[in-house]
Amino acid sequence: MGPDVTWYIVLSAFLFTIGSMGVLLRRSPLIVLLSLEIMLNSANLALIGFARHLGQTDGQVFALAVMAVAASEVVVGLGLIVALHRSNVDLDVDKLTTLRG
Amino acid sequence: MGDALVWLVWFVAAFGCLGSGVAVISFSNPFYSAIALIGNLASLAVLYLLLSAEFLAAAQVLVYAGAVMVMFLFVIAYIGRDADAPFAGGPSWMAIAAVVAAGAILVDVVVAVGLSAGGRLSGEADIEAAFGGPAEVGQVFLTDHLLAFEITSIVLLVAAVGGVILGSEARKRAAAR
Repeated sequence: MGPDVTWYIVLSAFLFTIGSMGVLLRRSPLIVLLSLEIMLNSANLALIGFARHLGQTDGQVFALAVMAVAASEVVVGLGLIVALHRSNVDLDVDKLTTLRG
Repeated sequence: MGDALVWLVWFVAAFGCLGSGVAVISFSNPFYSAIALIGNLASLAVLYLLLSAEFLAAAQVLVYAGAVMVMFLFVIAYIGRDADAPFAGGPSWMAIAAVVAAGAILVDVVVAVGLSAGGRLSGEADIEAAFGGPAEVGQVFLTDHLLAFEITSIVLLVAAVGGVILGSEARKRAAAR
């Protein structure tokens, strides 16, 4: 008997924590996006683990949809980063205060 | 595969996953972070194979480790030296609070899953050989979850149009300056 779903859920929780630490601790928007990818992938791991546990394919379908949404998010995020770079704004999430009221 | 071999593969993939995840958030050069994330995604694909999600493991390697990461590397190469950024500034209590908040999320998830699942998480359902193959995933995606499929395609279209608009706006503004 291989590792059961509990092992995968704990691993997914650790990955999610690593990703959230990246989002909270880093200033570069590029690394914040990379950490977001880690968080999305940890959610995917939990979904696929539960799909295997229940023997139903629905969790895998949901993980596929999450992958597509993550790809769209990367397109928009990278577009924003390139736009910031072209308008000579510092790539630092602490300094992006244009929308601050 | 013998049980010992499954456990061995699981531990190698899990520690590869966690180690490359820590590497992603600790390199100061985003280029190395992106390379580390490729390792993270590849070890996740191994875990998907252990969960008999063959189609998703293939999609993970093709879509994530292939397309998305190449896009990241192109942007990092385009931005060049400006991409380097140190850890968050501000007083150190902010960093400590961030670590505490992340640890609280971890405890929260483990306690919530442990309490709500109780002992029901042991054991696995029996599956057929077709489980997780492209045929079965496609069958479920295009019948039971057709609405999700359509919405996903619209989200992808909107993201593509948004990316083009963001790019052309930035070009116009750069030309005007």
